[in-house]
Amino acid sequence: MFEVIGERINTSRKLVQEAVANRDAQYIIDDVKKQEAAGATFIDVNAGARIGHEEEDMKWLLEVIQPEVTLPLTLDSPDPAVLEMAYSMVEKTPMINSISLEKDRFDAMIPFLKGKDCKVIALCMDDAGMPESSDDIFARAKSLIEELNAVGIPTTNIYVDPLVQPISTDSNKGMMVLDAVRAIKAEFPEVHITGGLSNISYGLPQRHIINRTFVTLMMDAGMDSAIIDPLDAKIMATIKTADMLLGNDQFCMEYLKGVRAGVIES
Amino acid sequence: MADFNAMQDALVSCDQAKLETLVNSALAEDVPAIDILNNGLIAGMDIVGEKMENGDMFIPEVLMAAQAMGACVGILKPLLGDEGGAQGASVVIGTVKGDLHDIGKNLVAMMMESAGMTVHNLGVDIAPEDFVAQIKEKDAKIVCLSALLTTTMPAMKQTIDAIVESGLRDQVKIMVGGAPVTQAFADEIGADGFAPDAGSASKMAKALAA
Repeated sequence: MFEVIGERINTSRKLVQEAVANRDAQYIIDDVKKQEAAGATFIDVNAGARIGHEEEDMKWLLEVIQPEVTLPLTLDSPDPAVLEMAYSMVEKTPMINSISLEKDRFDAMIPFLKGKDCKVIALCMDDAGMPESSDDIFARAKSLIEELNAVGIPTTNIYVDPLVQPISTDSNKGMMVLDAVRAIKAEFPEVHITGGLSNISYGLPQRHIINRTFVTLMMDAGMDSAIIDPLDAKIMATIKTADMLLGNDQFCMEYLKGVRAGVIES
Repeated sequence: MADFNAMQDALVSCDQAKLETLVNSALAEDVPAIDILNNGLIAGMDIVGEKMENGDMFIPEVLMAAQAMGACVGILKPLLGDEGGAQGASVVIGTVKGDLHDIGKNLVAMMMESAGMTVHNLGVDIAPEDFVAQIKEKDAKIVCLSALLTTTMPAMKQTIDAIVESGLRDQVKIMVGGAPVTQAFADEIGADGFAPDAGSASKMAKALAA
């Protein structure tokens, strides 16, 4: 089944930042419950935007969120000390967002991840910057998977983010990432593919239809997770429908459930 | 009589073939290359920038227009001599240390070049001391800092602090931009300007350099 990482609890979003600054627990709880009801599989928690307050904000957010949800959490920080604290606070096996091949980030994350029971998002970013071809994405994914395997993270717990880039700046950026995802899944059938989708439509009007169409293409290529806003009802309906069409919904039960609940309509 | 309006229209409609024809026929009528550059091409790109700012033109169209402009600048270049090369303000632009994003920054650089400025694009992951060194070397009037991550926004402040310490602060105007950057943040770290898109960034740079 497609896994939705709900991206809303992020202090770079204005209202979340205000709620965190004012320690408004009810706002956070309501938001998280809405994400859960809308079909999120994980709740991402990012406390990075209030510079100098990340550790205390993350601690507060987890104290507020943990008792209220049954979902596992995605701990979103580049700082191993913050992650270490967050990891000790969660009840369910968390997802870590994220490691990359950028040397500083990689060297900081590997000791943290070593031997931990967690899922991890692996960004195909290195010190040269964004990947420039599908071969480039594939090579970075392969080296991340091998490095993570070596510190005890099984491939099935790895979520490769191939880094979707704007099609507005180069018409080939869609095919570049689709080809890369196919190649990664061919070599590593057990690995998950995730990522944000909205970058694809940067710089173009009517972005939502681009994002929705792109997610179906990505799902056909092998994407089985995405970091999105679960309250975007149209993209959630598109994902459910595509999941059914790709044979991941026995007897179309999830689709029909969605229609009866009023969340999928033509 | 050169039809500068037609050149501007051709740029706005991203019609490279038509633009080249117009430029060549203006040259055949002995219109000075510098006038074609300023009144046709740069004036046209100003309109493109404004349309981008207003949401009437989009990145792929801006790229096509810039490509058309580039082709015509290629035609004019041998005829411009020094006068075309050195007219615009010197701009140093880069993505701050720790940040590897370059799409938005490159669009800004492209729009500023199209507006006639002399743009030195330093690339990504640029340390504060490298910005300082390049401001000196390129005698920059404008320095543009880009950051796409909340985790690298502090590097903008560090860069501005380094410019202040180097004693170059009075020589340059500092502009900041990137997805998480706001006017409030720009004010807080002591920048002179913030622009939300490449079209308005180019316009602001012109105003600040004036």
